[in-house]
Amino acid sequence: MTTQTVLPVEPDVLKTASVSNGEPAWLTESRMNALKLAAELELPKLEKTRIDRWNLQNYGTPRQGQGETAQEIPEIVTSLVDLNEQSNLIVQRNSATVFTKLSAELAAKGVIFTDLETAVREHGDLVQKYLHNVVKSDENLLTALHSALWSGGIFLYVPKNVEIEVPLQSIYIVDDSKAVFAPHVLIVAEANSRVTYVDNYISGDLSDAIVHNGVAEVFVQAGAKVQFATVHNLCEKTTDLTYRRSVIENDGRIEWIIGEMNAGDTMSDTASVLKGNGSSSDAKVIAIGSGSQKLNYTTRAVHFGKSSDSQMITRAVMREQSTAIINGITKIEHGATKANGEQTEKVLMLSPKARGDANPILLIDEDDVTAGHAASVGQVNPEQIYYLMSRGISKEDAERLIIYGFLAPVVADIPLEQLRQQLQTLVERKLGQ
Amino acid sequence: MATHFVIEGLKATIEDKEILKGIDIEIKGGEVHAIMGPNGTGKSTLASALMGHPKYEVTDGKALLDGEDLLEMEVDERARAGMFLAMQYPSEIAGVTNSDFLRSAINARRGEGNEVSLIKFIRQMEGKMKELEINPEFAHRYLNEGFSGGEKKRNEILQMMLLDPKIVILDEVDSGLDIDALRIVAEGVNSMRSEDRGFLIITHYQRLLDYVKPDFVHVMMQGRIVKSGGPELAERLEKDGYDWIKEELGIVDETVGEQV
Repeated sequence: MTTQTVLPVEPDVLKTASVSNGEPAWLTESRMNALKLAAELELPKLEKTRIDRWNLQNYGTPRQGQGETAQEIPEIVTSLVDLNEQSNLIVQRNSATVFTKLSAELAAKGVIFTDLETAVREHGDLVQKYLHNVVKSDENLLTALHSALWSGGIFLYVPKNVEIEVPLQSIYIVDDSKAVFAPHVLIVAEANSRVTYVDNYISGDLSDAIVHNGVAEVFVQAGAKVQFATVHNLCEKTTDLTYRRSVIENDGRIEWIIGEMNAGDTMSDTASVLKGNGSSSDAKVIAIGSGSQKLNYTTRAVHFGKSSDSQMITRAVMREQSTAIINGITKIEHGATKANGEQTEKVLMLSPKARGDANPILLIDEDDVTAGHAASVGQVNPEQIYYLMSRGISKEDAERLIIYGFLAPVVADIPLEQLRQQLQTLVERKLGQ
Repeated sequence: MATHFVIEGLKATIEDKEILKGIDIEIKGGEVHAIMGPNGTGKSTLASALMGHPKYEVTDGKALLDGEDLLEMEVDERARAGMFLAMQYPSEIAGVTNSDFLRSAINARRGEGNEVSLIKFIRQMEGKMKELEINPEFAHRYLNEGFSGGEKKRNEILQMMLLDPKIVILDEVDSGLDIDALRIVAEGVNSMRSEDRGFLIITHYQRLLDYVKPDFVHVMMQGRIVKSGGPELAERLEKDGYDWIKEELGIVDETVGEQV
């Protein structure tokens, strides 16, 4: 069966938008090529998930200029961060930038932290070198459409040997279902640099269904360390499709902290390409499913470097009729001697109608390695509830203790206090609905 | 009001098999009762049925604590009414630290608006842990996870001490304990003996009773109490075993149901 892909945007509309936004020729061309690819490519094949049945049509129209979005900052943002205190923050609403701040101190060190469109104008060569370099346009229909339509997002560039203590943050809000919601996050950490990036995806009042098709690319050069934390908190009208991918050079390290708190269908794929010798990655994912959400979360580590190390842990709590497919893929290429990869996926189901499926996959083409996996899917153990209740704790509180206990190995290890609290609050809210 | 606990004609089943066939015991504040008997005679079922374990169904009888009907209550309500069961096999709960759990339990008992202050709680917990010779780091370990058998039992006694119950049931708390741990557990129990508290100690060995002197000893067989007496009964059982009772009562198989 072949399906005719209906493109969400006409080529001439895309071209006009790109040109009128003052984008350089290479970018317009990159968009047009990607759109051409989109017409030919298929959706990614996801484990046990019929993504073709999801609501994937609503991309909105490409924005021209600042669009019609009001410039004021929605309240939802001020509840999340203190704009006065936050020294390094970018806020985008319907992919138009409404707030941007970088401390003079970091700017003086050569750090670039700006919306991606500005970066294209001001640091075009740098952006061109990295954009779509690790999540490539020709992988599938979704990556092609992202490359064609991306709008908003940020560029974070940390020169070599620069170590940044405070987290740099961005917030992406969508409250107009007619605007394209496809931010692109591009991070380059040069050799021996250190940086923490935190972002939030939030939806406001949406009149119609919308697709979020986002990509994050993170380049971790030799000896650099990047912490990448992201919380997706989009409403049920949003279909969230996200690729996050990092390439890690010799002795570099990436740490992913991912909170999947959406209310709508979600596909996310977070990968670490351990290219360098001694490179390492750590991925922590917590997810709560509710309503009739369909969820497909993948974490992967691909080892090329010798003595490279990957750790992956996913914990998902599923309520009501939600369904989650959770994949962990550890791939060790031939030549990646002394590599080590460990992964754990656990699903806790709170309702008899919830479904969870944990698929640990080890693909190993090298003998001299160590790798391990553990996966479990289960319900709250009634013996544990009885034990807690026998000490006077109510059934509800007992369940809450067990659920938080289940998530604790991920939450307790989050290195950023503010983020840990935010996730705790979101978990509470999603569980208390 | 002095504690008064009455069990009358208690019958209970598991998966439709009757295990308890009519139990009568009366415990007043200040008293220590021991229930002894070989394995498989229904002793632990009695403990679980009184606490309200969901697998056991009480089919007949009464259990009144200070006039309140326990059997009408949920498990957590029984605990808040003053029941405490030190379990033979306490659950392990990953991700929940011992101290978070203990504080939740104490606060559940005290009720909303009357929560214990963090500092007071820590002082109490650390004090009791010291008495029980529990390594202070166990406060931050996950509840019972990776605890040895003896550590779990001491942790049960710690909970008992912090929760200040009216009726304490110890279900085979002495099993799997070495002599030092047994002494520590016994001292913990003795320190809690008071006029407002009653104890029901379930064991099939005399040795715990060497440290915690019972006022009454009951022997259980075939889901019933078949003989009751004073501390001298426990001593005789230690010396002569159970066969003389079986002979006296004409019991061939003392077990009930098909317990494993």
